[in-house]
Amino acid sequence: MKTPAPFQVSLAQIEPTLGNLDANLALHQSEIKAARAAGSEMLLFPELSLTGYYLKDQTPEVALARDGAELEVLREASGGLTLGLGFVERAPDGRLYNAYAIFEDGELLHVHRKVHLVTYGMFEESRDLAAGDQFCVVESRHGHLGVLICEDMWHAAGAWLYFLAGVDMLLVPSAGPGRGVAASDPGLASVETWRALLANASTLYQTWSLYVNRTGVEDGVIFGGASRIANPQGREVAVLEGLDPGHLTCRIDCGENERARMQAPLRRDEKPWMVLAELQRIEANRR
Amino acid sequence: MSPLDIQVELVEDLLLRFLRKETGKFGFSRVLLGLSGGVDSALAAALAARAFGAQNVLGVMLPYRTSNPDSEGDARLVIEALGIESKRIDISAMADGYLDAANVSDPLRRGNVMARCRMIVLYDESVEFAGLVLGTSNKTEALLGYSTQFGDSASALNPLGDLYKHQVFQLAKHLGLPDAVLDKEPSADLFMGQTDEAELGFSYAEADALLFAMVDERRSVEELLAMGFEEAFVLDIAHRIAQNQYKRLPPIIPKLSNRTLNHDFRYLRSWGH
Repeated sequence: MKTPAPFQVSLAQIEPTLGNLDANLALHQSEIKAARAAGSEMLLFPELSLTGYYLKDQTPEVALARDGAELEVLREASGGLTLGLGFVERAPDGRLYNAYAIFEDGELLHVHRKVHLVTYGMFEESRDLAAGDQFCVVESRHGHLGVLICEDMWHAAGAWLYFLAGVDMLLVPSAGPGRGVAASDPGLASVETWRALLANASTLYQTWSLYVNRTGVEDGVIFGGASRIANPQGREVAVLEGLDPGHLTCRIDCGENERARMQAPLRRDEKPWMVLAELQRIEANRR
Repeated sequence: MSPLDIQVELVEDLLLRFLRKETGKFGFSRVLLGLSGGVDSALAAALAARAFGAQNVLGVMLPYRTSNPDSEGDARLVIEALGIESKRIDISAMADGYLDAANVSDPLRRGNVMARCRMIVLYDESVEFAGLVLGTSNKTEALLGYSTQFGDSASALNPLGDLYKHQVFQLAKHLGLPDAVLDKEPSADLFMGQTDEAELGFSYAEADALLFAMVDERRSVEELLAMGFEEAFVLDIAHRIAQNQYKRLPPIIPKLSNRTLNHDFRYLRSWGH
């Protein structure tokens, strides 16, 4: 495939209202307008951007089928745009998923269902949601995209599988709390961890990594913002400092992936079939 | 540097956001709180004054007839330094009405009654002021249970609830609170000459160091002993934390139906906001 032309992306670091689809739909529409005005061809929203995060028993109340009314409005608004946004998906079998839709030019390209639901400490996603079980590459006109919803990024397998499949961009929508205020840290500990995760993934997998987090407060949980972009060399090229809502725009050139991979052909030298054989050997000896 | 040390500017920023968001989403832009003259309520008032503007914060002095006059003096220093609105309501008649009728002499019971009288006044004043009642309990006293249930522990929101006493002092210094408030010995001032540390039997510095290792770092008893904490102290604090869990949770209700409130009827306060 020919390397896609460079383009401008906008990350919308928004503050959704918990459980209020109407208010959040309006927020998405105004962000779409702003991104178009800024000349962006891709616009990404955070995890569960249409619903807010700590839904608990609101989860089924705000769940949408893929052709749900609010999603249809946004699909239609995606003319000339690649649009990523988070919602609760109600699957035909009734299961609910922490989902991320990619629309492009008025079509639904893909829905990623969060694989690694986070259920420890302050999180309890597995109580309300089913887990996805696939990391499918999205073929966009801007390149091959791999979606990793928040905790999906904390497990190497997802990003690694996308790497093997040759993605150009890891899209990492998140609803990450800002925590950790010890004087020994330079700012929020959680923000520093995300910075390191992005840089690490971009370095190892020679891709762009686009992290879009939310802001705002839900019952004392202060979401950490700090949306950021790392290039295929693992360098941070754009960051939205602080905890306010805002936009981050950046020029993405997928030619940089090729240059990074020519300099160090990590993907060529990867040994997935050895990993598979090793997993089988380990599995055989496990019992 | 102590492991308890916090980034004061960052924490100030987070707490101001917390205060504005968690009141604004419910349609409020004003708060009120009881001012004891101590560092906790002074810090909560200082944060509120920054978050909402001094004119939108009401500091209420609530002395009882045996209260140390210095407490009110220090509360006035805080009010003056911050420029917040203030009110003085003597709770003596209110508290004595019950204490005398019921012939209550136990200092603990008397102290609890005073704390609950103050709560009644604050919640009533909140209607007139059209503000939310701000909590002033820190993490140290919440863990130790060193508070009166439905008294000083009652509030709509509490900016200090995840800060140990050491961190309260650190932030209070950063915000430039009066020296008289920063330098004096912490006291609930429920009876003459009372100090927190004498009543608790250990210092806040000792308690904070242990609580941080035990709660935040989840260290085992073996690890705590290896760190140099005395076994009797560790066991006493662990016991206190567990014994006072009831103060930190809503009342227990029987789970009779298929959907019991808070148990499997789970919504945030931010529901729809």
